[in-house]
Amino acid sequence: MHLAYPAVLSALLFCTGLYGVLARRNAILVLMSVELMLNAVNLNLVAFDVWLSRAAEETLHSGQALTLFTIAIAAAEIGIGLAIVLAVHRNRGTSDIDKLRDTAEGHEPDGSDTDTPATGTAAEKAEATA
Amino acid sequence: MILAAGSHGFLSPTGVEIAFLLVGLVTLGAAVLTVTTRQLVHAALWLVVALGGLAVEYLLLTAEFIAWVQVLIYVGAVVVLILFGLMLTRAPIGRSPDADSGNRWAALTVAVASAVALVWVVVDAFRTTWIDLDGPAAGSTAVTGASLFQNWVLPFEALSVLLLAALVGAIVLSRKARSTGAGEASPAVAPQAGTSQAGTPQAGAPQAGTSQAGPSRTDGVR
Repeated sequence: MHLAYPAVLSALLFCTGLYGVLARRNAILVLMSVELMLNAVNLNLVAFDVWLSRAAEETLHSGQALTLFTIAIAAAEIGIGLAIVLAVHRNRGTSDIDKLRDTAEGHEPDGSDTDTPATGTAAEKAEATA
Repeated sequence: MILAAGSHGFLSPTGVEIAFLLVGLVTLGAAVLTVTTRQLVHAALWLVVALGGLAVEYLLLTAEFIAWVQVLIYVGAVVVLILFGLMLTRAPIGRSPDADSGNRWAALTVAVASAVALVWVVVDAFRTTWIDLDGPAAGSTAVTGASLFQNWVLPFEALSVLLLAALVGAIVLSRKARSTGAGEASPAVAPQAGTSQAGTPQAGAPQAGTSQAGPSRTDGVR
Protein backbone atom coordinates (compact mmCIF):
# COMPACT_ATOMS: atom_id res chain seq x y z
CA MET A 1 0.00 0.00 0.00
CA HIS A 2 1.23 3.43 -0.80
CA LEU A 3 2.02 5.36 2.38
CA ALA A 4 0.30 8.44 1.00
CA TYR A 5 -3.18 6.92 1.41
CA PRO A 6 -3.25 6.76 5.22
CA ALA A 7 -1.16 9.92 5.55
CA VAL A 8 -3.50 11.97 3.38
CA LEU A 9 -6.57 10.51 5.07
CA SER A 10 -5.24 11.37 8.50
CA ALA A 11 -4.34 14.90 7.37
CA LEU A 12 -7.84 15.45 6.03
CA LEU A 13 -9.43 14.03 9.18
CA PHE A 14 -7.26 16.29 11.30
CA CYS A 15 -8.34 19.35 9.35
CA THR A 16 -11.97 18.30 9.63
CA GLY A 17 -11.57 18.15 13.38
CA LEU A 18 -9.82 21.51 13.30
CA TYR A 19 -12.78 23.05 11.50
CA GLY A 20 -15.11 21.52 14.07
CA VAL A 21 -13.13 22.88 17.00
CA LEU A 22 -13.09 26.36 15.53
CA ALA A 23 -16.61 26.52 14.17
CA ARG A 24 -18.78 24.70 16.65
CA ARG A 25 -20.58 26.45 19.44
CA ASN A 26 -21.72 23.65 21.72
CA ALA A 27 -18.95 22.46 24.02
CA ILE A 28 -19.77 18.78 23.51
CA LEU A 29 -19.49 19.17 19.75
CA VAL A 30 -16.08 20.73 20.29
CA LEU A 31 -15.09 17.68 22.34
CA MET A 32 -16.25 15.42 19.52
CA SER A 33 -14.08 17.36 17.07
CA VAL A 34 -11.14 16.95 19.42
CA GLU A 35 -11.77 13.20 19.31
CA LEU A 36 -11.62 13.34 15.53
CA MET A 37 -8.26 15.09 15.66
CA LEU A 38 -6.88 12.51 18.10
CA ASN A 39 -8.07 9.71 15.84
CA ALA A 40 -6.31 11.26 12.88
CA VAL A 41 -3.09 11.25 14.88
CA ASN A 42 -3.69 7.60 15.80
CA LEU A 43 -4.09 6.62 12.16
CA ASN A 44 -0.83 8.35 11.34
CA LEU A 45 0.97 6.56 14.16
CA VAL A 46 -0.33 3.15 13.13
CA ALA A 47 0.51 3.64 9.46
CA PHE A 48 4.05 4.75 10.15
CA ASP A 49 4.54 1.95 12.65
CA VAL A 50 3.45 -0.66 10.12
CA TRP A 51 5.77 0.88 7.56
CA LEU A 52 8.76 1.13 9.89
CA SER A 53 8.29 -2.32 11.41
CA ARG A 54 9.06 -3.74 7.96
CA ALA A 55 11.61 -1.17 6.93
CA ALA A 56 13.74 -1.22 10.07
CA GLU A 57 15.89 -4.02 11.38
CA GLU A 58 14.54 -3.91 14.87
CA THR A 59 11.52 -2.07 16.12
CA LEU A 60 9.97 -1.25 19.44
CA HIS A 61 6.50 -0.96 17.89
CA SER A 62 6.47 2.50 19.34
CA GLY A 63 3.71 3.67 17.03
CA GLN A 64 1.21 1.10 18.22
CA ALA A 65 2.20 1.50 21.86
CA LEU A 66 1.78 5.26 21.58
CA THR A 67 -1.56 4.71 19.86
CA LEU A 68 -2.78 2.69 22.81
CA PHE A 69 -1.57 5.40 25.17
CA THR A 70 -3.30 8.05 23.10
CA ILE A 71 -6.55 6.12 23.17
CA ALA A 72 -6.37 5.81 26.95
CA ILE A 73 -5.53 9.49 27.38
CA ALA A 74 -8.38 10.42 25.04
CA ALA A 75 -10.76 8.38 27.17
CA ALA A 76 -9.56 10.21 30.28
CA GLU A 77 -9.83 13.52 28.45
CA ILE A 78 -13.40 12.95 27.34
CA GLY A 79 -14.39 11.97 30.88
CA ILE A 80 -12.86 15.04 32.48
CA GLY A 81 -14.10 17.28 29.67
CA LEU A 82 -17.66 16.09 29.97
CA ALA A 83 -17.51 16.49 33.74
CA ILE A 84 -16.38 20.11 33.30
CA VAL A 85 -19.05 20.75 30.68
CA LEU A 86 -21.72 19.32 32.95
CA ALA A 87 -20.49 21.42 35.88
CA VAL A 88 -20.55 24.55 33.73
CA HIS A 89 -24.00 23.67 32.44
CA ARG A 90 -25.22 23.16 35.98
CA ASN A 91 -23.86 26.48 37.14
CA ARG A 92 -24.67 28.57 34.09
CA GLY A 93 -27.55 26.83 32.41
CA THR A 94 -25.71 26.73 29.11
CA SER A 95 -22.92 24.84 27.43
CA ASP A 96 -22.49 27.45 24.75
CA ILE A 97 -18.83 28.38 24.61
CA ASP A 98 -19.56 31.70 22.97
CA LYS A 99 -21.17 32.85 26.20
CA LEU A 100 -18.33 31.82 28.48
CA ARG A 101 -16.28 34.96 27.97
CA ASP A 102 -15.55 36.09 31.48
CA THR A 103 -11.81 35.76 31.16
CA ALA A 104 -11.67 37.39 27.73
CA GLU A 105 -9.95 40.74 27.54
CA GLY A 106 -11.65 43.70 25.99
CA HIS A 107 -15.07 42.12 25.96
CA GLU A 108 -17.95 43.55 27.88
CA PRO A 109 -19.84 40.92 29.80
CA ASP A 110 -23.43 40.58 28.76
CA GLY A 111 -25.52 42.29 31.37
CA SER A 112 -28.67 40.57 30.28
CA ASP A 113 -27.99 37.00 31.14
CA THR A 114 -24.99 36.93 33.43
CA ASP A 115 -24.16 38.38 36.78
CA THR A 116 -20.63 39.51 37.36
CA PRO A 117 -19.75 38.10 40.82
CA ALA A 118 -21.36 34.76 40.33
CA THR A 119 -19.96 34.22 36.87
CA GLY A 120 -16.57 35.27 38.13
CA THR A 121 -16.66 32.56 40.74
CA ALA A 122 -17.84 30.04 38.20
CA ALA A 123 -14.97 30.92 35.91
CA GLU A 124 -12.55 30.64 38.80
CA LYS A 125 -14.08 27.32 39.63
CA ALA A 126 -13.62 26.09 36.11
CA GLU A 127 -10.02 27.24 36.17
CA ALA A 128 -9.34 25.74 39.55
CA THR A 129 -10.74 22.39 38.64
CA ALA A 130 -9.39 22.19 35.13
CA MET B 1 12.18 -2.58 2.80
CA ILE B 2 10.66 -1.12 -0.25
CA LEU B 3 11.78 2.21 -1.49
CA ALA B 4 12.05 1.82 -5.22
CA ALA B 5 9.02 1.99 -7.41
CA GLY B 6 10.06 -1.00 -9.41
CA SER B 7 7.43 -3.51 -8.41
CA HIS B 8 4.67 -0.99 -7.93
CA GLY B 9 2.68 0.73 -10.57
CA PHE B 10 1.98 4.36 -9.93
CA LEU B 11 -1.61 4.32 -11.09
CA SER B 12 -2.44 0.67 -10.63
CA PRO B 13 -3.73 0.37 -7.09
CA THR B 14 -3.96 -2.96 -5.42
CA GLY B 15 -7.11 -4.36 -3.88
CA VAL B 16 -6.10 -3.28 -0.39
CA GLU B 17 -5.56 0.24 -1.62
CA ILE B 18 -8.96 0.36 -3.26
CA ALA B 19 -10.61 -0.92 -0.10
CA PHE B 20 -8.66 1.60 1.97
CA LEU B 21 -9.74 4.38 -0.37
CA LEU B 22 -13.42 3.45 -0.25
CA VAL B 23 -13.52 3.08 3.53
CA GLY B 24 -11.52 6.28 3.81
CA LEU B 25 -14.09 8.15 1.74
CA VAL B 26 -16.87 6.88 4.00
CA THR B 27 -14.87 7.85 7.09
CA LEU B 28 -14.10 11.32 5.79
CA GLY B 29 -17.70 11.89 4.76
CA ALA B 30 -18.94 10.85 8.19
CA ALA B 31 -16.37 13.14 9.82
CA VAL B 32 -17.47 16.09 7.70
CA LEU B 33 -21.10 15.38 8.56
CA THR B 34 -20.11 15.19 12.24
CA VAL B 35 -18.73 18.70 12.21
CA THR B 36 -21.38 20.22 9.95
CA THR B 37 -24.73 18.72 10.89
CA ARG B 38 -27.09 20.85 12.91
CA GLN B 39 -28.67 18.01 14.84
CA LEU B 40 -26.55 17.29 17.86
CA VAL B 41 -27.51 13.67 18.35
CA HIS B 42 -26.94 12.98 14.67
CA ALA B 43 -23.45 14.41 15.05
CA ALA B 44 -22.70 11.83 17.74
CA LEU B 45 -24.09 9.05 15.55
CA TRP B 46 -22.02 10.15 12.56
CA LEU B 47 -19.05 10.10 14.89
CA VAL B 48 -19.76 6.39 15.41
CA VAL B 49 -19.53 5.85 11.64
CA ALA B 50 -16.27 7.77 11.43
CA LEU B 51 -14.65 5.90 14.31
CA GLY B 52 -15.85 2.54 13.03
CA GLY B 53 -14.43 3.34 9.61
CA LEU B 54 -11.11 4.12 11.26
CA ALA B 55 -11.23 0.72 12.96
CA VAL B 56 -11.63 -0.89 9.53
CA GLU B 57 -8.64 1.13 8.31
CA TYR B 58 -6.59 -0.26 11.18
CA LEU B 59 -7.62 -3.76 10.14
CA LEU B 60 -6.53 -3.04 6.58
CA LEU B 61 -3.19 -1.87 7.95
CA THR B 62 -2.88 -5.25 9.77
CA ALA B 63 -3.09 -3.63 13.20
CA GLU B 64 -5.71 -5.92 14.64
CA PHE B 65 -5.34 -5.18 18.31
CA ILE B 66 -5.58 -1.42 17.79
CA ALA B 67 -8.70 -1.98 15.71
CA TRP B 68 -10.48 -3.90 18.44
CA VAL B 69 -9.36 -1.45 21.10
CA GLN B 70 -10.73 1.31 18.88
CA VAL B 71 -14.08 -0.44 18.62
CA LEU B 72 -14.25 -1.17 22.33
CA ILE B 73 -13.16 2.18 23.70
CA TYR B 74 -14.25 4.73 21.13
CA VAL B 75 -17.37 3.23 19.64
CA GLY B 76 -18.32 1.53 22.87
CA ALA B 77 -17.44 3.94 25.62
CA VAL B 78 -16.64 7.41 24.35
CA VAL B 79 -19.69 7.77 22.14
CA VAL B 80 -21.94 6.56 24.94
CA LEU B 81 -20.34 9.15 27.22
CA ILE B 82 -20.95 11.83 24.60
CA LEU B 83 -24.57 10.79 24.18
CA PHE B 84 -25.04 10.92 27.94
CA GLY B 85 -23.42 14.35 27.97
CA LEU B 86 -25.79 15.57 25.27
CA MET B 87 -28.69 14.19 27.23
CA LEU B 88 -27.63 15.74 30.53
CA THR B 89 -27.03 19.17 29.02
CA ARG B 90 -30.53 19.05 27.54
CA ALA B 91 -29.50 19.22 23.95
CA PRO B 92 -32.38 19.89 21.61
CA ILE B 93 -33.55 16.90 19.65
CA GLY B 94 -34.37 18.57 16.38
CA ARG B 95 -32.36 21.02 14.33
CA SER B 96 -30.65 23.64 16.43
CA PRO B 97 -29.94 26.72 14.32
CA ASP B 98 -27.10 27.96 16.52
CA ALA B 99 -24.90 24.89 16.36
CA ASP B 100 -22.27 26.78 14.42
CA SER B 101 -20.76 29.94 15.78
CA GLY B 102 -20.28 33.14 13.86
CA ASN B 103 -16.69 32.49 12.87
CA ARG B 104 -17.34 29.48 10.72
CA TRP B 105 -15.98 31.11 7.59
CA ALA B 106 -12.73 31.95 9.31
CA ALA B 107 -12.65 28.38 10.61
CA LEU B 108 -13.28 27.04 7.12
CA THR B 109 -10.46 29.17 5.75
CA VAL B 110 -8.04 27.95 8.40
CA ALA B 111 -9.06 24.32 7.93
CA VAL B 112 -8.80 24.39 4.14
CA ALA B 113 -5.46 26.17 4.26
CA SER B 114 -4.01 23.69 6.72
CA ALA B 115 -5.45 20.77 4.74
CA VAL B 116 -3.84 21.98 1.54
CA ALA B 117 -0.51 22.56 3.26
CA LEU B 118 -0.52 19.20 5.06
CA VAL B 119 -1.59 17.16 2.05
CA TRP B 120 0.95 18.86 -0.18
CA VAL B 121 3.80 18.28 2.26
CA VAL B 122 2.84 14.68 3.01
CA VAL B 123 2.38 13.66 -0.60
CA ASP B 124 5.58 15.36 -1.59
CA ALA B 125 7.51 13.73 1.24
CA PHE B 126 6.28 10.14 0.86
CA ARG B 127 5.84 9.92 -2.86
CA THR B 128 8.03 6.87 -3.27
CA THR B 129 7.22 5.02 -0.07
CA TRP B 130 5.23 1.83 0.07
CA ILE B 131 4.01 -0.14 3.06
CA ASP B 132 4.72 -3.83 2.79
CA LEU B 133 1.60 -5.56 4.01
CA ASP B 134 2.65 -9.11 3.19
CA GLY B 135 3.93 -11.57 5.73
CA PRO B 136 2.81 -11.80 9.35
CA ALA B 137 0.66 -9.05 10.75
CA ALA B 138 2.56 -6.13 12.20
CA GLY B 139 0.00 -5.46 14.88
CA SER B 140 -1.38 -8.77 16.02
CA THR B 141 -2.16 -9.24 19.67
CA ALA B 142 0.97 -11.30 20.31
CA VAL B 143 3.30 -8.73 18.76
CA THR B 144 1.61 -5.79 20.43
CA GLY B 145 1.50 -7.48 23.82
CA ALA B 146 5.13 -8.54 23.66
CA SER B 147 6.36 -5.08 22.76
CA LEU B 148 4.03 -3.40 25.22
CA PHE B 149 5.13 -5.50 28.18
CA GLN B 150 8.79 -5.70 27.26
CA ASN B 151 9.63 -2.18 26.23
CA TRP B 152 6.73 -0.06 27.37
CA VAL B 153 5.97 -1.36 30.85
CA LEU B 154 6.83 1.82 32.72
CA PRO B 155 4.67 4.17 30.60
CA PHE B 156 1.92 1.56 30.77
CA GLU B 157 1.93 1.60 34.55
CA ALA B 158 2.16 5.38 34.64
CA LEU B 159 -0.87 5.46 32.39
CA SER B 160 -2.85 3.46 34.93
CA VAL B 161 -2.05 6.12 37.53
CA LEU B 162 -3.22 8.79 35.08
CA LEU B 163 -6.47 6.95 34.50
CA LEU B 164 -6.99 6.69 38.25
CA ALA B 165 -6.37 10.42 38.61
CA ALA B 166 -8.84 11.15 35.81
CA LEU B 167 -11.43 8.92 37.48
CA VAL B 168 -11.01 10.67 40.82
CA GLY B 169 -11.07 14.05 39.10
CA ALA B 170 -14.31 13.31 37.31
CA ILE B 171 -15.92 12.13 40.54
CA VAL B 172 -14.74 15.23 42.40
CA LEU B 173 -16.02 17.53 39.66
CA SER B 174 -19.43 15.91 39.68
CA ARG B 175 -19.78 15.65 43.45
CA LYS B 176 -18.69 19.18 44.32
CA ALA B 177 -21.08 20.65 41.82
CA ARG B 178 -23.93 18.75 43.38
CA SER B 179 -23.08 19.72 46.94
CA THR B 180 -22.77 23.40 45.98
CA GLY B 181 -26.04 23.19 44.12
CA ALA B 182 -27.94 21.77 47.05
CA GLY B 183 -26.02 22.90 50.07
CA GLU B 184 -24.47 25.95 51.57
CA ALA B 185 -23.50 27.83 48.46
CA SER B 186 -26.94 28.24 46.99
CA PRO B 187 -27.10 31.91 48.12
CA ALA B 188 -24.35 32.65 45.67
CA VAL B 189 -26.36 31.39 42.79
CA ALA B 190 -29.80 32.47 43.85
CA PRO B 191 -29.53 36.27 43.49
CA GLN B 192 -28.90 36.12 39.78
CA ALA B 193 -31.90 37.82 38.34
CA GLY B 194 -33.21 36.70 35.04
CA THR B 195 -30.82 33.88 34.38
CA SER B 196 -32.02 30.60 33.10
CA GLN B 197 -30.47 28.68 35.94
CA ALA B 198 -31.29 25.04 35.93
CA GLY B 199 -31.20 22.90 38.98
CA THR B 200 -30.44 25.52 41.63
CA PRO B 201 -32.96 25.39 44.41
CA GLN B 202 -34.33 28.79 45.29
CA ALA B 203 -36.05 27.75 48.50
CA GLY B 204 -34.83 29.53 51.58
CA ALA B 205 -32.01 31.35 49.88
CA PRO B 206 -31.35 34.69 51.53
CA GLN B 207 -30.60 37.61 49.29
CA ALA B 208 -27.37 38.52 50.98
CA GLY B 209 -23.80 37.39 51.11
CA THR B 210 -23.05 37.07 47.45
CA SER B 211 -19.51 38.31 47.82
CA GLN B 212 -19.09 36.18 50.91
CA ALA B 213 -20.28 32.96 49.43
CA GLY B 214 -18.27 33.37 46.28
CA PRO B 215 -14.82 32.65 47.68
CA SER B 216 -16.13 29.86 49.85
CA ARG B 217 -17.37 28.11 46.76
CA THR B 218 -14.03 28.54 45.14
CA ASP B 219 -12.29 27.14 48.18
CA GLY B 220 -14.69 24.27 48.44
CA VAL B 221 -13.61 23.04 45.05
CA ARG B 222 -9.98 22.73 45.89
